[in-house]
Amino acid sequence: MIEELGTNDQGDMIINVGPQHPSTHGVLHLVITLHGETVKKVEPHLGYIHRSIEKMSESLSYRQFSYVTSRMDYLSSHINNHACALTVEKGLQIEIPGRAQYIRVILDELTRIASHQLWWGALAMDLGAFTPFFYSFREREMINEIMEETCGARLTMNYIVPGGVMFDIHPDFQKKVKHFLKEFKSKIHEYNELVTGNVIFQNRTKGVGYISKENAISYGMTGPSGRGSGFICDVRKLHPYEMYNQLQFDEITEEGGDAFARYMVRIREMEQSMNIIEQLIDNIPEGDFLAKTKAVLKLPKGDYYTRVETARGEFGVYIISEGGTTPYRIKYRSPGFSNLSALNDMSVGGKLGDLMATMGTLDLVIPDIDR
Amino acid sequence: MTNEELKMKLEELFPGSTFEEETQWLTLNMEAEGFKPVAQQLRNNESFNFDFLFCLTAVDWKTHFSAVYHLTSTALRHTIVIKVKIDKNDPAVDTVSDIWRTAEFHEREAYDLMGISFTGHPDLRRLFLEDDHVGFPLRKDYEDPINMIKL
Amino acid sequence: MFSLEKLVSIIQAWLQSTLGDPWAFIVVCILVGLAAITLFAILGLMLVYMERKVAAHMQIRLGPNRVGPMGIFQTTADTLKLVMKEGLTPDGADKFLFNLAPFMVMIAAMLILAPIAFAKNFQIWDISIGVLYVAAVSSVAVIGILMAGWSSNNKYSLIGAMRSAAQIVSYELSAGLSILAIVILSGSLRISDIINSQADGWWIIKGHIPVIIAFIIFIIAVTAETNRAPFDLAEAESELTAGFHTEYSGMKFALFFLAEYINIFIGCAIGATIFLGGWMPFHIGNWEAFNHIMDFIPSSLWFIGKTVFLIFLIMWFRWTFPRLRVDQLLNLEWKYLLPISMVNLLVITLMAIMGWYL
Repeated sequence: MIEELGTNDQGDMIINVGPQHPSTHGVLHLVITLHGETVKKVEPHLGYIHRSIEKMSESLSYRQFSYVTSRMDYLSSHINNHACALTVEKGLQIEIPGRAQYIRVILDELTRIASHQLWWGALAMDLGAFTPFFYSFREREMINEIMEETCGARLTMNYIVPGGVMFDIHPDFQKKVKHFLKEFKSKIHEYNELVTGNVIFQNRTKGVGYISKENAISYGMTGPSGRGSGFICDVRKLHPYEMYNQLQFDEITEEGGDAFARYMVRIREMEQSMNIIEQLIDNIPEGDFLAKTKAVLKLPKGDYYTRVETARGEFGVYIISEGGTTPYRIKYRSPGFSNLSALNDMSVGGKLGDLMATMGTLDLVIPDIDR
Repeated sequence: MTNEELKMKLEELFPGSTFEEETQWLTLNMEAEGFKPVAQQLRNNESFNFDFLFCLTAVDWKTHFSAVYHLTSTALRHTIVIKVKIDKNDPAVDTVSDIWRTAEFHEREAYDLMGISFTGHPDLRRLFLEDDHVGFPLRKDYEDPINMIKL
Repeated sequence: MFSLEKLVSIIQAWLQSTLGDPWAFIVVCILVGLAAITLFAILGLMLVYMERKVAAHMQIRLGPNRVGPMGIFQTTADTLKLVMKEGLTPDGADKFLFNLAPFMVMIAAMLILAPIAFAKNFQIWDISIGVLYVAAVSSVAVIGILMAGWSSNNKYSLIGAMRSAAQIVSYELSAGLSILAIVILSGSLRISDIINSQADGWWIIKGHIPVIIAFIIFIIAVTAETNRAPFDLAEAESELTAGFHTEYSGMKFALFFLAEYINIFIGCAIGATIFLGGWMPFHIGNWEAFNHIMDFIPSSLWFIGKTVFLIFLIMWFRWTFPRLRVDQLLNLEWKYLLPISMVNLLVITLMAIMGWYL
């Protein structure tokens, strides 16, 4: 019967994890070679949700193309739109009003917190604890409500447009954000008590999915996954956009390089994001929220590259313009794609359960990888 | 290193290098031949130390292709862009996946969607599309009347 | 006062007088069988409902609340749905073993019911080796799980079955050793003797710390033996989708599902019987009035109450902890629980010889 079960010549079992599997969080397909319970090789097969957004964007105008990017990394759609808008603004040298900058950054950080909350619940679920998922959604709901009131959408925001933001913020915006900050401060403590301090959780994540700093850089791992290995790569600090250079916040790095370090980076990053919002929320300047722009945008001939920090890492938009109304070529540098490429290195030699912990702490969003 | 210093150093090491003017980062134009040694130099030379390849992509210029490499140094904090010109009829360039591991996936993506073959790549297969797919979608002359919607 | 003992003796006397010797016995056997099956169905439904409600309240939601008052008929509706679904058998499966496996698991669960004392003098079979019988039969269930995993011809199922086998065989040891602790203290394998030895206080109270240690180890082992989180490696859905029952559907799946809850019930019933005094009411020294009030509560309620409390504990674990990894699971057993329970057993033997208990 062993022959029928799909083995290779060394007697290792070859297992398809996905495209439909509870812990791949989407349609990721991993072909795993297992020796008993030990992982010998992980080979990602992609493309189940590839929509060729890059090709699509070639026939969309500079106002339209950012809408598609909401569908890439749907958990930080706001930040994706932000990157697109920044690229166009850079090309056209549009001055963004101060009010719009503040709104953008506050919403960016709210998006980051919401994304990390979802990741926290999903990671606990990957490790077999169900309850944290509901706790994280309780707090995420508050952010989603703020988003809904302000942007009209809960997931794919499309709120940031070249020149500013689409509408002014809701009158209740500041009140609600402050209420959220107050609530969530105490909840982070609950998160730590429920999961971080748990002995089983620490055993499952410490020393699991290790990657050294050199390898993390070589694999291009950015965001919390890279910072978990001590790779200083926060775009908000290194290449500040909007007014991140005027803000007081720390870049969180951990030296562990294992799943627990990546976990801690994200937990601490949520606190930093709250810190950023606190600095901004009371000081939103009055004025326009949208700069005057031409009806049809035409980027001058040339290359434009923008880097921003999404919840998953460094997101790059590379536009090559020939001077027309649509981009000649667009490349999206998605963080998840590079992070995924390191998965094989990180999980070889571990157990099947370790693979899930590693995958969980990489925080993969499949549409972001497939684009 | 500032852009000017980088430029001088590069001209010294690789005489005949051409640079693009008025760009965000220093942009080096190259031919596909002789790209690999330059890449190795950029990674291993102490004064360059470009260890982080943050973007690798390919562009179809109708007359030729170009592969674009965005490199940065995490220690020295300087950035360079390399554009490698690739022949239209025989699109091939040396792989850099042995220098920067992230290139392994990015090159597979470029091969899949643009049809540039990276010589020496350990596992050059299609990444997103099926293995028997015909054509390379990101090329400008790619037409798929059934699945592609023209906007 | 309501008593199951009286009810049973009335029925038996009536049958004896109307039917005569051999037939009365046969009818009693059939009645007991029917009662056992009904109990299983009701238990399964109640425990699934309880689990969903407990989980819901731990997860800040309401749980089932639409079908019937407080949603109590939700599980009945679910079971009806599962009965009506087609029970698929995969093409590549070993059809005989595949279809046999759920019944093996169920039958193994049913067999352990025999020596459990549900109330005072209310027991199907007061076998003299009661505790040994329970320990022996409970390990038969693993054969059903292995059969299911192997015959499904699915790699997830196979891994799940192997994990389950390793896990149940290991944790059987600790469970057995912690039961043995009480056997030493009470001096008998017979369940009714063990309960009677607790008339002046439950073992967990009068056995001091060593018995509490044995109790904790027993609860951990029961959680592991019933494949419940944090030891649910056999069906770890984030790793193996559904483990050994990945390929099962319809009623065959429902049998596995119900068997899991029956096994929890039985494990907790055994725990309640040997550590918490079974149907024995709670007595405090010579507080006569208090003891009388406690005696007034029917013995069946005492038993059910203690069992449900233990079941609640196990459900609490499930909805709180993350899952262990397979090597950590086996480490926990072989490196920690087994040595601890062995030393503990020695201490308890010393206690029993010296009479160091109340």
